[in-house]
Amino acid sequence: MAQASTAALDKAKAGEVTRRQRFAEFWFYFSENKGAVIGLWVFLALVVLAILAPLIAPHAPNAQYREAVLLPPFWQDGGQAAYLLGTDQVGRDMLSRLLYGAQFSLFIGIVVTTLALTGGIFVGVIAGYFRGWVDTVIMRLMDIILAFPSLLLALVLVAVLGPGLMNAMIAIALVLQPHFVRLTRAAVMAEKGRDYVVAAKVAGARPLRLMFRTILPNCMAPLIVQATLSFSTAILDAAALGFLGMGAQPPTPEWGTMLAEAREFILRAWWVVTLPGVAILVTVLAINLMGDGLRDALDPKLKRS
Amino acid sequence: MLRFLVGRFAVLIPTFIGVSIIAFSFIRLLPGDPVMLMSGERVMSQERYEKITQELGYDRNIVIQYLDYFGDLMQGDFGTSLVTKKPVLTHFSELFPATLELSLCAILFAVLLGIPAGVFAAIKRGSAFDQTIMGTALVGYSMPIFWWGLLLIILFSGILGWTPVSGRISLLYYFPSVTGFMLIDSLLSGQAGAFKSAVSHLILPTIVLGTIPLAVIARQTRSAMLEVLSEDYVRTARAKGMPPLRVIGVHALRNAMIPVITTIGLQVGVMLAGAILTETIFSWPGIGKWMVDSVFKRDYPVIQGGLLLIAAIIMLVNLLVDILYGLINPRIRH
Repeated sequence: MAQASTAALDKAKAGEVTRRQRFAEFWFYFSENKGAVIGLWVFLALVVLAILAPLIAPHAPNAQYREAVLLPPFWQDGGQAAYLLGTDQVGRDMLSRLLYGAQFSLFIGIVVTTLALTGGIFVGVIAGYFRGWVDTVIMRLMDIILAFPSLLLALVLVAVLGPGLMNAMIAIALVLQPHFVRLTRAAVMAEKGRDYVVAAKVAGARPLRLMFRTILPNCMAPLIVQATLSFSTAILDAAALGFLGMGAQPPTPEWGTMLAEAREFILRAWWVVTLPGVAILVTVLAINLMGDGLRDALDPKLKRS
Repeated sequence: MLRFLVGRFAVLIPTFIGVSIIAFSFIRLLPGDPVMLMSGERVMSQERYEKITQELGYDRNIVIQYLDYFGDLMQGDFGTSLVTKKPVLTHFSELFPATLELSLCAILFAVLLGIPAGVFAAIKRGSAFDQTIMGTALVGYSMPIFWWGLLLIILFSGILGWTPVSGRISLLYYFPSVTGFMLIDSLLSGQAGAFKSAVSHLILPTIVLGTIPLAVIARQTRSAMLEVLSEDYVRTARAKGMPPLRVIGVHALRNAMIPVITTIGLQVGVMLAGAILTETIFSWPGIGKWMVDSVFKRDYPVIQGGLLLIAAIIMLVNLLVDILYGLINPRIRH
């Protein structure tokens, strides 16, 4: 009895060690890419800013100060220290809106990626594991979705569902999903014939366990890389839909929606147009830098070359 | 070769049928009564409602309705706009040249800058030049192009006053449309300054639409070149004393171009999506702006028909890329 529990403990410890080793190895390759590390820090900073937005934002995001309309940032003539990055066309504080906007963008990225990833993995594993007509039907359907430009399909879906942030996220997730389906399917097909899968099958593992416990963990690397790409695409597409008036609706401080509202002031007040765009660019760039590093660290084909 | 072509084309048929089913069901997914939506009327008498239901064929079996719809498509009937009462196909063929002209210029811009940038970055791997190019490419790849367009307008139209803000050509010029391409038509018109005006209207939209493809092509060219440069035949060519320019230009580049061409082909879908944003920013009268306007006007037949036509074009372009790919890389054909 005591012996058995020590053995179990040892086993757990061994698992802990290999996990730590694996992470150390991952970090070694990831941190070799300096851009990726910078991207990671910027991304973490954005997450912190988004979480702390209610505490650090100097004003409420939708509070309108009628006496302070279109004020420039503090370093320009006419700027005030109370509105560090200036105010927009109805006197809302830009800095506060940008901080709250980070919440929206990260939320959009998380929700869309989770939806597309879980949906894509589920469908992809089924297609790759069962093959046959199930596979054919699923893959044809994915081909059909991929035949449309993603933004156009999202735009039309939003036209069907009605404009709004939630519908925009559903539409973008649906459009991004086929990439996950294809990747998962290919990985599952490659892994399915391996000895460890056959061994698990012989040992009596059921299809569901085989699919999601045995095979799936070994297919995660390309999926994680794709997930980071989807995260940035989701933020860009949601901002684009917001810009077209089909995403988050005013007065939501979503960055794309802010840009759309500010369009007519481009020649009069550079800050209302420039700042939300800089925010989108920095966020997306940080995530893409991280994605490049992840690909280097996780892709065994490129590893050590 | 013929078998390859026929095979490739055959794969498109089920996809096209699927796309048409999506376009067909689109109207039925909309909240509200399809008869009201498709007629574009808000209030109507019971008799009129029934008459229109019959006209549109909505009283029949849904499968028959779809087959009917598909039959119409095959005869080139893609529906009629609620707003203008003109056939969707007429609008599409009027507006498509504008999008095509813009897309061609943008892809040309991306290829002409992207391939040399990628090649030089690969040759000078790890240098400051390489890092600058790749850093710039990553920024371009992460660019929200609708914002990029606004920035360029602020700089070049607002501050410098070099380029116009919107449209395809100055209102001062009028000439009949011959090819639909403003660059060619303005030259044919023989009016002084017309061509210059057309070019100045094209510059900013071309840069905006070409930015992401440029970044993708530069990155892809670099990695394809790096892979090829480490191949044995490149080393052999170098070892036998071939001039470096010839090794890179002939031996390496030709093989590196194979994946790059696929990338360029894949950018067509990206372009058409980008055209939605670019055309909206610059009020460019093409199909992207047309689709956005139709969504706002709830012109459902246009959305339905436009969606299908755009998907069909992307499928055809992908087919062309596939065929081109087969031509340069004979291994694919067999």
